[in-house]
Amino acid sequence: MPFSDEALARLETEAAEIISRYPKPRSALMPLLHLMQAEEGYVSEDAIAFCAARLGLTETEVTAVASFYTMYKRHPVGEYHVGVCTNTLCAIMGGDQIMARLSEHLGLGQDEATEDGKISLEHIECNAACDYAPVVMVNWEFFDNMTPESAAALVDDLRSGKAVTPSRGPGRLCTWRQASRILAGFGDGQAADGPAAGPASLVGLKIAKDRGWTAPEAPDSSTATEGASR
Amino acid sequence: MTDTLTPVLTAHWDEPDSFTLAGYRRAGGYRALPKALAMPPDDIIAVVKDSGLRGRGGAGFPTGMKWSFIPQGDGKPHYLVVNADESEPGTCKDIPLMMANPQVLIEGVIIASYAIRCNQAFIYVRGEVLHVVRRLQQAVAEAYEAGYLGRDILGSGYDLDLTVHAGAGAYICGEETALLDSLEGYRGLPRLKPPFPAVAGLYASPTVINNVESISSVPSIVLNGAAWFAGLGTEKSKGYGIFSLSGHVVTPGQYEAPLGITLRELLDLAGGVRPGHRLKFWTPGGSSVPLLTDEHLDVPLDFESVGAAGSQLGTRALQIFDDTTCVVRAVLRWTEFYQHESCGKCTPCREGTYWMVRVLDRLEQGKGSEEDLEKLLDICDNVLGRAFCALGDGATSPITSSIRYFRDEYIEHQKRGGCPFDASASTLFATSGSAGALGGGR
Repeated sequence: MPFSDEALARLETEAAEIISRYPKPRSALMPLLHLMQAEEGYVSEDAIAFCAARLGLTETEVTAVASFYTMYKRHPVGEYHVGVCTNTLCAIMGGDQIMARLSEHLGLGQDEATEDGKISLEHIECNAACDYAPVVMVNWEFFDNMTPESAAALVDDLRSGKAVTPSRGPGRLCTWRQASRILAGFGDGQAADGPAAGPASLVGLKIAKDRGWTAPEAPDSSTATEGASR
Repeated sequence: MTDTLTPVLTAHWDEPDSFTLAGYRRAGGYRALPKALAMPPDDIIAVVKDSGLRGRGGAGFPTGMKWSFIPQGDGKPHYLVVNADESEPGTCKDIPLMMANPQVLIEGVIIASYAIRCNQAFIYVRGEVLHVVRRLQQAVAEAYEAGYLGRDILGSGYDLDLTVHAGAGAYICGEETALLDSLEGYRGLPRLKPPFPAVAGLYASPTVINNVESISSVPSIVLNGAAWFAGLGTEKSKGYGIFSLSGHVVTPGQYEAPLGITLRELLDLAGGVRPGHRLKFWTPGGSSVPLLTDEHLDVPLDFESVGAAGSQLGTRALQIFDDTTCVVRAVLRWTEFYQHESCGKCTPCREGTYWMVRVLDRLEQGKGSEEDLEKLLDICDNVLGRAFCALGDGATSPITSSIRYFRDEYIEHQKRGGCPFDASASTLFATSGSAGALGGGR
């Protein structure tokens, strides 16, 4: 659906702000596409036309970029987009079983959404949380050390509108569109929420502290920047 | 004698506000910056060179040397781009680092930018880590407010702008020239080199691309001196690094230690492999480096020793797999990943990864033959060194190394007409029956 005049005015202002972050306008294309997903939930034909017009590109050039990156969706996804890591380590640790359970529980195949538009499901690649395997992402927030049961309970909570808290993230999970807005560079003021680090991130530090292990003391600061050439 | 673990980057992650500017300052942060800004830029490059710091993103190229390749007085703008697109399977160090301490990265960015005479830097962070993106955006805003970024930083006359750029899900963008294309608003395809980014990088201008952990190590080097950093680690692999243990270990997580620590030492600290099980195979640095086995427990985890053992140190992503794991299933899954992430630009990688998956799938289902193993090795031989970038090379590593160490297991699939392993036994939530006498996963 074409953007309303109100939406268009707002998006033009925000697009100008995004473009101003870069030495060259075309660099703004990726955040602009995130912004389009914040507006409509996916990258529509109108969104492609909007980006092309703002950056002086053809719609083909914009489509070529939008279709290259898996986070840009060319069809609507759920309010809560669930990604199950099935790269090797998570798969071996139970990601395959979690994916199978959610697929059956929700009646969804890869990259499909429930009819109520609440949940979509996708298997994802390594999300850099292997020490918390198996990992499930919802709207790109971490849900660590999942099981098929805890994953099914999670999507049930999301469908029923219960507040859900990621393992390492804000107090309350935001929607897909809100998440896309953050990726476009417009924060939601929740950066201070959640832990500084999750438990697995701290295991080495705890052992070091328990045993009194530290990095060596710095030498006298007056000599510190002299070279190490010996 | 240096301690076994040497927390530097991770030292304050247990403070509840370690990710804030106040928390970072309380932990001694932003003391290196005024010192750096009082030094001639070339002296900073010299200190980083002398420290022996090598890139922490996998390739291990000397960081100071990379900086010194930037032509000076060329009249062009220079750029620093932080590669925060951490996506190599098994690699999970930069993401917790940026979540818990984004300010150390920013302090490193400012020092590095000043050294290479750059006034615009970027952090290219993968998009699939929303809370890390939030923390980075907040940290950059706080740094601007405190006068660490923007005009006339700390009264030095030096200006720097820093932009956080969220990616959109493409492993190939971890390849530095693909990352540049992506940052310029194109599909993320690798570029032909030369010209190297130091000469013609972002917007065809001289550009340094460094990994998050490399740049985050810079403040400690400037503050404590090159000799301090070089005093850690091994002869050619200096300093400390974050080692990420995952998979079938009792206590997976992040362990910061001098380069040269062994897997045996790390496993001792991590409580060992799951009770009742034995180490079967592991990756020293993500899935793009050859697998190692229990023969390699005492290999010092530095660039040279891991290389001599037939693999690469890579990203120090130690994925541990015990005897419940089917190596053919593991390798098939990694190969499916490479097929999916191959950008399609070059034929060896695009076609090679496609056929690798077909052959491996047949082998995993027990419908293959020994000829298929030879076919696989032949395909790998035609991809390795012939692909446009390292993605294709990386795709061959798990295949050739697994056939080297576990050829019998491939044959066993064929003999049985299927996989001899129970996929439920390898899970975190495996029941005590399958996980041994001492019970469940952890």
